[in-house]
Amino acid sequence: MARAEESTAPEFSHVVASHRPQIFRFLLASTRDVDLAETLTQECFLKAHRHWASFRGESTTMTWLMRIAINLQKDHWRNRRVQFWRQTSTNSVDLDEASEWLPSGESSQEQTLLARERVGQVWKAVEGLSERQRTVFLLRFVEEMELSEIARTTGLSEGTIKAHLSRALARVRTELGGRR
Amino acid sequence: MSWISRFTGRTEDAPEIEELDPALKQALSEFKASVHAWSDAEMGRTRTVRATVVRRTWRLVAGWSLAAMLLAGTASGGIYEYHQRQLQAQAAAIREAEHQRQLAAQKALEDAQQEEDMLASVDTDVSRETPSAMDPLVQLSEDDSGTQ
Repeated sequence: MARAEESTAPEFSHVVASHRPQIFRFLLASTRDVDLAETLTQECFLKAHRHWASFRGESTTMTWLMRIAINLQKDHWRNRRVQFWRQTSTNSVDLDEASEWLPSGESSQEQTLLARERVGQVWKAVEGLSERQRTVFLLRFVEEMELSEIARTTGLSEGTIKAHLSRALARVRTELGGRR
Repeated sequence: MSWISRFTGRTEDAPEIEELDPALKQALSEFKASVHAWSDAEMGRTRTVRATVVRRTWRLVAGWSLAAMLLAGTASGGIYEYHQRQLQAQAAAIREAEHQRQLAAQKALEDAQQEEDMLASVDTDVSRETPSAMDPLVQLSEDDSGTQ
């Protein structure tokens, strides 16, 4: 048993190194809370490590890990039903702060301001989405996952995913000023 | 779900990223880039886990302390209330016993007085209604002297 664990250890550390950024990014975008995203990422890999031996490889490692991350996030919000505690202990950054982040490019100051404004509007739209819509939206437009992959990750049908994406995009359009 | 999809039972199709209008596509692309930049910055930052732990621990400690204080306050309030009620109940019992004792004493006094009055009244009635033991003899002697 110990020998089996030893043999899987280097393999698993490789999995952590290669998939941690994506898991953290998804959780960060979902929660807008750096500490929480970090904690949930650690929990995700801890869970994955515990069940690594039973992972049969029916899906990709990324799909499996993302599924664990989504479940952890769901559990987290479900366990904090009391609004008082949710409000006092949340550490989410506000939308303006989240919109501050832009890749350092060669764009002008005006372009940067406009881009920041648009990013803020998308964040606002994302905030108004339901938990499921947000998850699907982020997997599609931030992680650029295929619909079939999102279906495997979330356990939803592709039709449902398309419906969620359609509604999410409609909301983003509305926030951007009704442009189609 | 739109009214068309509700009646036709078909789901709304989300357009592919490439099919999106340029403005939306640009906004989504900037959003993605922003999230990536933020995530990369946070990942690259030498974050002290201890700081996080300390912050979280502090918050946890504060939360538990507040909860413990509330619990202790509620419990001590309850105990104090119970104790006060016990004292009040004892005082009420003492007052009631005293009252009962006074009522009993008064009743005993009244009974004694009533008995005394009754006996006095009986004595008076008896002395008034019962003829003197010698009265018939006196009457006879008076009758005899008259006839002689």
